[in-house]
Amino acid sequence: MRYAGIDIGSRSIELVVVDDASEVVCSLQADTGFNPMAEAKKLINGVNYDRIIATGYGRNLFEISFEAPTVTEIKAHARGAWTLFPGSQTVLDIGGQDSKAITLFENGKVKKFEMNDRCAAGTGKFLEIMARTLGFKIEVFGTEALLAKNDLSISSMCTVFAESEVTSLIAKGQSRQEIAHGLHTSVIRRAAGMINRVSSEGDIVFTGGVAKNPCITTLLSEKLGRNVRIPDEPEFVGAFGAALLASEID
Amino acid sequence: MSEDYTSMWEGLGLDLAGHDALLEVLGNGYQDIYLAQKDRPEGMGYFDFVMSEVHGLRIKELLDEKAAGRKVIGSFCVFVPEEIVQAADATLVGLCTGADFAMDEVEKLLPRNTCSLIKSAFGFKLGKVCPYLETSDMIVGENTCDGKKKSYETLSTLVPNLYVMDLPQVKSAEARALMKAEYLRFKGAVEDLTGITIDAARLKKGIEIVNNKRKAIYRLSNLRKADPAPISGLDALLANQIFFYDNPVRFTESVNKMCDELEKRIEKKEGVFPEKAPRILISGCPMAVPNWKLPWIIETSGAVIVGEESCVGERGTRNLTDDNWDTEEELMEAIVDRYFKVDCAIFTPNPDRLEHIEEMVKTCKADGVIHYGLQFCQPYLMESIPLEKALEEKNIPTLRIETDYSMEDVGQLKTRVEAFVEMIK
Ligand code: SF4
Ligand code: SF4
Repeated sequence: MRYAGIDIGSRSIELVVVDDASEVVCSLQADTGFNPMAEAKKLINGVNYDRIIATGYGRNLFEISFEAPTVTEIKAHARGAWTLFPGSQTVLDIGGQDSKAITLFENGKVKKFEMNDRCAAGTGKFLEIMARTLGFKIEVFGTEALLAKNDLSISSMCTVFAESEVTSLIAKGQSRQEIAHGLHTSVIRRAAGMINRVSSEGDIVFTGGVAKNPCITTLLSEKLGRNVRIPDEPEFVGAFGAALLASEID
Repeated sequence: MSEDYTSMWEGLGLDLAGHDALLEVLGNGYQDIYLAQKDRPEGMGYFDFVMSEVHGLRIKELLDEKAAGRKVIGSFCVFVPEEIVQAADATLVGLCTGADFAMDEVEKLLPRNTCSLIKSAFGFKLGKVCPYLETSDMIVGENTCDGKKKSYETLSTLVPNLYVMDLPQVKSAEARALMKAEYLRFKGAVEDLTGITIDAARLKKGIEIVNNKRKAIYRLSNLRKADPAPISGLDALLANQIFFYDNPVRFTESVNKMCDELEKRIEKKEGVFPEKAPRILISGCPMAVPNWKLPWIIETSGAVIVGEESCVGERGTRNLTDDNWDTEEELMEAIVDRYFKVDCAIFTPNPDRLEHIEEMVKTCKADGVIHYGLQFCQPYLMESIPLEKALEEKNIPTLRIETDYSMEDVGQLKTRVEAFVEMIK
C-alpha cells in the first residue's frame, strides 16, 4: 500500500508518499499560490496512493474539498522528526507564517507545544521580508549573514518596526551582512524563548523551510548550547509525518 | 423575532441602524455556531427562543415589570449579590460584554490595551445598542481588577446611574468586614431605589429564588459528567449565560425540564459526541454573550467541553447561600459568606482556584484543561502560568490560550486547539 501526506503551508505545498516500510517513494513540492486547492489537486493527480492525510494551514480546506482526514502541523512534524531521528524529544519547526516548539514523549507522542502568536515575528515570512529590504535573495540570506564580522543588534522583533530599523541602519552605512546577522539573531531569540518554555536539554530536531538557512541553525545551537539536527529536506518533514500517520490509520 | 419592537427600541434611545447591525451579526453567529450543532436536546428550544428574543420579548417583559413598579439593576460581575436585588422585588440582569462594538469610539476613552470585556461594555453604551443598559434603573460597577475600577471612573460620565461597589482583594477577616460593609451599603442603595425595606422574610425569599436557579445549574453540570456527554459545552454555556438575563423562576424550570430529558438520554447512552470523545474543562475569564469563539473552535475540533471554571459557569454559581437563619443580620452574614468564597483572580493569593480546577477535572472526567485568558487581562493571564505548571505537574495536560473578541486569530487558535485535542486523545 501507498500512503500520502500533504502539507499545505502558506508559501508552499509538499506531498510525500511512503510505502509499507515507511520508505519515501515520492516527494513533490509546489508554490501555494493564490489557489491552494488547485495546486494541491495538481500535485495529487500525479501520484498513486491508497490513503492520504492533510496537514498545514490549508488542511481544513483540503478536508472539505477531498474528504480526507487531517492532522495538525504539530502532530505531523513531531511524527516525521521522531522517525527521522529516533528518540528525539524536542522539535523546532519554523515555517512560512508560524513557528512551533514541540516536546515529545518517548513514544513520539506530543507532550507539549508552543506556537508563535499571530504576528509574523520569528517566522520565515520575517526573514523573507528582511532579505528583500536588504536586497538579498532569500536562498543566500543565511550564507551572507554568516559572513558578518561583527554582531549588530536589532531591537525590533515586529516585522514593520524591524523593517524601518533596517532602512535606517542601511542609511547609516552599516554593512548589509551585519544587519542580516542581527536579523537572524532576532529570529533566534524568539525561537530560543519558545524552546526554553517547553524543554531544557537534549538534541533539537529543526524542521521546516527555515532550517535550510545555515545562519539560523548555527546561531540556534550557539544560543542554546544544544545539538541541532537537521533533516536532509527539512521542508518535507510535515508531509512525511502526515504520510506516516496515514499508514497508521486502521 | 416574533413582533416588531422598533418603537420599543426607539423609546429606549437605541441607535436603530447600529442595533440592526448588531442583531444581524448575533443572528448569523447563532445560526452558524448554535443551530448548526447536531443532536441538540429538545430542551434547548427554550434557550434558542430566549436568545432569539433577547432584545425583544425579554426587554418587553422588563419594561412591563418596570411599569408595574419593579426596578431593574444591571451588573458586570458575579460579586453583585442577586439575593438582595430579588429581596427588593427587583430584577438583576447581567450586562453582556461579549462582542466588539463601536471600537473607534471606545478607543477615544480607553487605552488600546484594555481587555475586550471592558471595551465591549463601553462599546455597547457608546454605540447605543444595549437595551439592558438603557432599561436599567441602576448599574452596578465593582472595584475588582484595575481595568474595571479605573474604567468605571470614565463610565460614570456616560452612565449617570452607576453605583460602584468596593470589594476586597485578599481573604482576611478585615477584607470580609469590608465586603460586609459594602453589601450592607448596597442593600441600603437597593432599598432607596425600590422604596422597599428589605427584612428577613424578603431576604429568605431572595435567597430561595437564587439558590433554586443555582441548584438547577448544578443538576445540569452533574449530568455533563456522563460519557457520551448528553449536551454540548456550547449549549451548556448558553444556559449559563442566560442565567444572567432570564426571569429566574422560569429559567430554573426550563433548566430542570431539560435535565429530565438529559437523564433519559444518559440512560439510553445517547450523546452529542461519540463515546470517549476527548473531554475538556475550560478555565479562566468569563464568556459573556455572544462570545462563543473558543468553545466553538474546541467543539468543532472533535472535543467536548464538560465544564467551565468561569464566572459564567461554576465559579459564579458554586455554593448556595445558607438560608437556615432567622434574622436579617444572620442572613446578610450568610450572603457575605457565600460570596466571599468566590475565587476570582483579583484576589491575592488565590489558592482555592487551583484546587477547584483540579476538583473539576476529576468530577467532570476531563482529559485536559484549556485556560482562556483575555488579552490584557492581568489577573487571569498572570494566574494562568503557575496554574499551568501546577496542573502539568499533576499530569493534567493544559493549554493556555490568550485571545480577544476579534476573529483574525481563528486559524491559529484552531491549530493550537486541534493539536491539543490530538495530544489528549
Ligand atoms: S472574573 Fe472576577 S471581576 Fe470578573 S466577573 Fe468574575 S468575579 Fe467579577
Ligand atoms: S477579563 Fe480580566 S481585565 Fe477584563 S474585566 Fe475581567 S478581570 Fe478585568
